[in-house]
Amino acid sequence: MNARLLPLAATLVIFLAAYAVCYAQYPAMLSTRVIGNLLTDNAFLGIVAVGMTFVIISGGIDLSVGSVIAFAGVFIAVLLRDTGLHPLAVFALLLVLATLFGAAMGATIHFLEMPPFIVTLAGMFLARGMAYVLSIDAVPITHEFYDQMQDLYWLMPGKGRLTLIGGLMLLVFIMGGILAHRTRFGMNVYAIGGGAQTAALMGVPLGRTTIAIYALSGLLAGLAGIVFSIYTSAGYSLATVGVELDAIAAVVIGGTLLTGGSGFVAGTLIGVLIMGLIQTYIIFDGALSSWWTKILIGMLLFAFIVLQKGLVWTTAKRRIAGG
Amino acid sequence: MPQSEASQPLLRARGVRKVFPGTVALDGVDFSLRAGEVHALLGENGAGKSTLIKCLTGAYRRDDGDILLNGEIIDPKGTIDAQGYGIGTVYQEVNLLPNLTVAENLSLGHQPTRFGMISTRAMNARAREVLSQYGLDIDVGRSLSSYSVAVQQVIAIARAVTLSGKVLILDEPTASLDSHEVEMLFDVIRSLKQRGLGIVFISHFLDQIFTISDRITVLRNGRLVGTEATRDIDRVALVNMMLGRELEQEVRSHGKTHAGPGEARLAFTGFGRKGRIEPFDLTIQAGEVVGVAGLLGSGRTETAEVLFGVAAHDSGEARRGDGTVLRLTSPREAIAAGFGFCPEDRKTDGVIADLTVRENIALALQARIGWMRRIPDREQKAMANDYIRKLDIRTPDAEKPVGLLSGGNQQKVMLARWLVTNPSFLILDEPTRGIDVGAHAEIIRLIEELCAQGMSLLVISSELDELVAYSHRVLVVRDRRHVAELSGGEITTDNMVRAIAAPEKEAVA
Repeated sequence: MNARLLPLAATLVIFLAAYAVCYAQYPAMLSTRVIGNLLTDNAFLGIVAVGMTFVIISGGIDLSVGSVIAFAGVFIAVLLRDTGLHPLAVFALLLVLATLFGAAMGATIHFLEMPPFIVTLAGMFLARGMAYVLSIDAVPITHEFYDQMQDLYWLMPGKGRLTLIGGLMLLVFIMGGILAHRTRFGMNVYAIGGGAQTAALMGVPLGRTTIAIYALSGLLAGLAGIVFSIYTSAGYSLATVGVELDAIAAVVIGGTLLTGGSGFVAGTLIGVLIMGLIQTYIIFDGALSSWWTKILIGMLLFAFIVLQKGLVWTTAKRRIAGG
Repeated sequence: MPQSEASQPLLRARGVRKVFPGTVALDGVDFSLRAGEVHALLGENGAGKSTLIKCLTGAYRRDDGDILLNGEIIDPKGTIDAQGYGIGTVYQEVNLLPNLTVAENLSLGHQPTRFGMISTRAMNARAREVLSQYGLDIDVGRSLSSYSVAVQQVIAIARAVTLSGKVLILDEPTASLDSHEVEMLFDVIRSLKQRGLGIVFISHFLDQIFTISDRITVLRNGRLVGTEATRDIDRVALVNMMLGRELEQEVRSHGKTHAGPGEARLAFTGFGRKGRIEPFDLTIQAGEVVGVAGLLGSGRTETAEVLFGVAAHDSGEARRGDGTVLRLTSPREAIAAGFGFCPEDRKTDGVIADLTVRENIALALQARIGWMRRIPDREQKAMANDYIRKLDIRTPDAEKPVGLLSGGNQQKVMLARWLVTNPSFLILDEPTRGIDVGAHAEIIRLIEELCAQGMSLLVISSELDELVAYSHRVLVVRDRRHVAELSGGEITTDNMVRAIAAPEKEAVA
């Protein structure tokens, strides 16, 4: 088998095995209701993880997304409370802001030759701080358009509900997959992850692509913020702390190499679902502390890091043997 | 085969000059490439081969001179721009992306798209078609890293030819290939030649150059030595062009006036390391200069590295003159045994450019006495000033960063660093490379002085005249083996050139 598919296959096997274990204990977990909830509950994480997948494949990291989601929630809530703007207009405004924010970080990374870690760390504090400036308290959202959106769903066979935000996440994954694997931009992202210097020598526009990658991550973080505000009907500046780390975990569990250059958008979806599945299992159990989620995710991450290192070693060895 | 002399060259460099701080890397070099020829570019390290290539492709801004393509002056701004003119380059390190598939590598930036989407099928079909012209029938959907370096090299060539198509520059393409793979690469080169491409071939393997090239241009110290048709020249003449004599008279007049060797100081028996240098025997006497002659990549630097423990030896042993066995598996142990080593590439292995003259000089001594006992500033300064005076290092003061000094003075700082540790055996790899003629003579004078004081030296040099001037014995290395040892009256440039050039088979006529 193609070595590039191995991490993806491993993730899929783990997901199916985990689901089989859950099903053996709680047969009710294999229903479209549970699946529908899985998608709805993790919609914002999934959307933001798609952006993170692009960033990590290019060899970077984006620590700002959790704060951008919180900022987005507060921004929407405050604007809906204080102005007569329609939510759709507010959404458009927010998405433009979030995209520009991401693009600015990308430009800083490229033109100042700064490590993405430190630039997006600054972005993280900045966005969180802006959220505080808008409102320290949680701001509830009461708009009839929100009620309409929350009531929108497609009834799956088995009475499961594919909600608007769950469906939106799936749509983002499909678009992300096409963008990554079927466009020149996607190829350039992989090329930069494989080696920025070499990519530049081969004619990849480094600056343009880097800015676009972080702009995309910002855009999707803004969209995740909208989804999160629909999910919670509120904006709160202390919300979604650490979500950027959950997103990174989902991407890595999904089989994307943290060193860049290799990975699949579809793998990230499975990564998100594995994390959601662990949480669902703990809810079904009822007696387990929710901290077990963190412990299991921690162990999974370790396992994947070891798997990836092993893969790199074996391919390197084969290359030496072959060369 | 070369076309008639009257035909206009495809690519031509006229009086190209490039200056780096401290050195003239290219000094008015002319070069011309005809369509349908393989033109070998030859020279030792620092001769200016890669600088010339980088000036041709615009990777460096040249300081003077013109570049003409089909008789018209062009001014490429960089590799991509040069590609637009039709000049493609393939480097020794394959410059492709190992994580992408073969097809993606071939088409990156030029993928066939439909409605903005890449058609993988069309991309793979095109890749298969392109590679079939090179006799490669491989799965283009697999990642590049799953293929051998030779195949990757051919893929890199295919990409360069597809995108440029007039001139192909191959920079040491065979360095990491075995003989079968080299043959495969040569078949590719021959077929491209037939298609009328002009090919610049850089290599330091003389056999390969005689096999594949139509003409040979030799550079030395940034200057053009000459261009010859391959069939009109033999190996000895070629080695003479590469290493030949041009040292100033003042150096030549220096005789071996000092007393010469005393008792044996070090004895290496069966010393070697697999893949680096075959086992050799070597005795070093007190107050002796042993020269090492050979072409680039012949094993001369490897000899030094094995002796100093940079690459630990895996056979043989080292003994002192009194018969005690020495452990030499790391530079640390070598330094403790009283060895010193000035490597070939000052910039990457030698001086630390950002540190001051004083700090650089104190470095080795500090390492020797241990980091816990810091040498007081005052002592460091006194020591630095002492050597600045002794070695005539041209610097305003001891606190100037070494990177700002000229090449010759950097070399002296590196020497000073080892001299403060008072070594009994000093290894110098190309001590006179890339420094001007005046400094050249001073370094040679210094070598003779050190030797007269009883120090033993092993000096690697591609300046054969220089070796004649100061060596008591000369080792000749070829193909990673010590093939000859000359001493006394045998040490002449002619003898050395003959030993270096003599191929295993009969000499190429």
